[in-house]
Amino acid sequence: MDFGLSEEQRLLETNLRRYLETERPVPRLRQIMATAEGRDDGLWQALAEMGVLGVLGPEDEGGSGLGLLDAAVAAEQLGRAVAPAPLLGTAVMAATALASAGTPAQRKEWLPKIASGAVRVGVAATELFHPREGFGFRTEAGRLHGRALMVLDAASDAYLVPVGAGGLALVPRSAEGLEVTLLPTIDRTRRFAEIAASGVAAVEWIGGSEGAARAAIRRMIDAGRVAVAADVLGACEVAIERSVAYAQQRVQFGRPIGSFQAVKHLCAEMIAELEPARSLVWYAAHAFDALPDEATLLAAHAKAHLCEIGTFIVRTATEVHGGIGFTDEHDLHLWFKRVGVDRQLLGTPDGAREDAARLQGWM
Amino acid sequence: MDLTMSPRHDAFRAEVRAFLEQNRGKALASLLGVEAGGVREGVLAWQKLLIERGYAARTIPKQYGGYGAEPDLLERVILDEEFGRAGVSRGVGGQGPDMLVPTLLEHGSEEQKRRWIAPTICGEVIWCQGYSEPGAGSDLASVQTRAVEDGDDFVINGQKIWTTTAQLSHMMFGLIRTEPGAAKHAGLSYLLIPMDTPGIEVRPLRTMTGHAEFNEVFFTNVRVPQANVVGRRGEGWKIANTTLKHERNMLASSAQLESALLRCAELMKTERAGGIRAIDRPLLRDRLLRLQSRVLAMRCHSMRMLTCGLKRESPGVAALVTKLAGCEVSHQIAGLAIDAMGEAGVLYDGAKHVRAGGGWQIHYMFSLGLIIGGGTAQIQKNIIAERGLGLPREPGVVKPEKA
Repeated sequence: MDFGLSEEQRLLETNLRRYLETERPVPRLRQIMATAEGRDDGLWQALAEMGVLGVLGPEDEGGSGLGLLDAAVAAEQLGRAVAPAPLLGTAVMAATALASAGTPAQRKEWLPKIASGAVRVGVAATELFHPREGFGFRTEAGRLHGRALMVLDAASDAYLVPVGAGGLALVPRSAEGLEVTLLPTIDRTRRFAEIAASGVAAVEWIGGSEGAARAAIRRMIDAGRVAVAADVLGACEVAIERSVAYAQQRVQFGRPIGSFQAVKHLCAEMIAELEPARSLVWYAAHAFDALPDEATLLAAHAKAHLCEIGTFIVRTATEVHGGIGFTDEHDLHLWFKRVGVDRQLLGTPDGAREDAARLQGWM
Repeated sequence: MDLTMSPRHDAFRAEVRAFLEQNRGKALASLLGVEAGGVREGVLAWQKLLIERGYAARTIPKQYGGYGAEPDLLERVILDEEFGRAGVSRGVGGQGPDMLVPTLLEHGSEEQKRRWIAPTICGEVIWCQGYSEPGAGSDLASVQTRAVEDGDDFVINGQKIWTTTAQLSHMMFGLIRTEPGAAKHAGLSYLLIPMDTPGIEVRPLRTMTGHAEFNEVFFTNVRVPQANVVGRRGEGWKIANTTLKHERNMLASSAQLESALLRCAELMKTERAGGIRAIDRPLLRDRLLRLQSRVLAMRCHSMRMLTCGLKRESPGVAALVTKLAGCEVSHQIAGLAIDAMGEAGVLYDGAKHVRAGGGWQIHYMFSLGLIIGGGTAQIQKNIIAERGLGLPREPGVVKPEKA
């Protein structure tokens, strides 16, 4: 009986945070951001060694056999560090899909590679949340056709592609007929792409056949939503810490601006939004691991709520910083943009709330 | 994170559920007693039964009249859920059991604990809180009601305001200035005052709801033994803040938020305009879902804070945000319910067509009162920023020199 993080989870939190603060300070991060594919192989390998990439894989398949709460702890730290590491697609969503619906051979093939950092898997799931005309996938004569906007983790070795209601295809990036076009976003710490398939034959169906992955797609989205919420949580912590530090140090009218109620109340409002939301993220992650009846509802609420309060927090943090927070030179906008992208991923807040309404028969 | 229900917890839930099924009638009778005005026997009998079974005062030590169980988060969650599901009263709560008792457990003398806790938790002694004064609201430490030493007694003169249930109370716990020479915060003591002492006058204070939920209390040469000080003389500010911490948690009870949200959702399924249910109107439904996110967050937050309490870990700034966040959600739930009813939402005072006896309007107005009471939202933000985040205090006002 205990609502909170375990000793092991706190240790993971501390170790990862220390590593990221030492090894990936913002100047180093900005160098990685400036490269075309934004890949950070050193960090990726370090995450593998810390057991983060295999967090959701079973121990006999190279993983650490932990749960989504552990993954959320890691995602929070990566959000804090605005780290260029595609945990969401590979270690959370792809690992969840494979662990819940992969055939024994698929699990054996892919899960150890995910855990060791040998493979990265992007996820082409946007059409599940925001179908656009001319987008989405279908099969014709066993070949994959279609397009997806905003594929997570563009610089991956393979992509997971939902097809219809229950199909989940794994497509190698090198497959003939697959075209990957990088799409720059406001957030340069991660990369997104459009992918187009025209008659791709090299398709591996998760679960062995098209339509075998309906439940896995649901699980994958639930896990992804909680991980995005945790990313926002971490990003917002930093936005608030920096605002408080700046408000203590910046002097105007002869006193630190943090002594003005107009400013200190903004800081109080930010933390008053964040702390209950942190409790919600923990619970949603735990529900995914242990309370299956509540998992989908809680994941939808965690995603929606964290992105709503996250948007409020990063814009308020920018206001507390005043003019300097609006410059490129100051780092705050990295967190602003990270949250800005998180908000649109895996269902916007209003879309996630509609999912929550449907689940309760309110729609 | 471990919220697994053990076989012991499953058995506890089954036991609670069976108890509620068997005793629902007694619970309803106790409620009728309250509404009939002053008929308290039903309430007291219900409370006695709840304490015997360990469903109230569960973790209060046996020697002070409680059930004496070890604190257990899941048992607490089970009790909240099962009583909520059955729609049955949790028994006597409020300022005595929820605010004074934890304060006495922390700061009271052994004699005070033995004398006051048992009759308070069983509902025999009702308490009111004497903090605010007309001139001391947000600046609570500036209270002017004074107690002057006279032999073994204090003699109190002054006035308190916003005193909930003063007209029903047997006792008041009050913040009184006892050390006239001391600095503002060091001059206060936390005093237990029998409300039947000669010189106390209670006048009802009618609020914007039209009801008198509060009172003013006037003290004219009110004589109280000095032994009624909790803690030491001059320590009143510290002890009053212990009580305020418990008050703020009580005001933002997540179980009440959950129940209000569910009632609002049910209302939205029955209210129709143009044949369309309120819940099928996307803008209203989205407001409901936004509030549900917040209610869930507050529920999780309350479990996290309880765990910190049980493990004696400091939750840091997270503990300070509960009142600010929770009271606002409560107000917004009532606001949504009123909007869902359209014009019928403003009906009141037994009007034809009124829903739930005008309860949503009372909730809407009263919850605004709670946003102000117990430390306004703005004072909460000062506390969060200064005590929680370490931001500097507002500099004191420098009085201009006289020309």
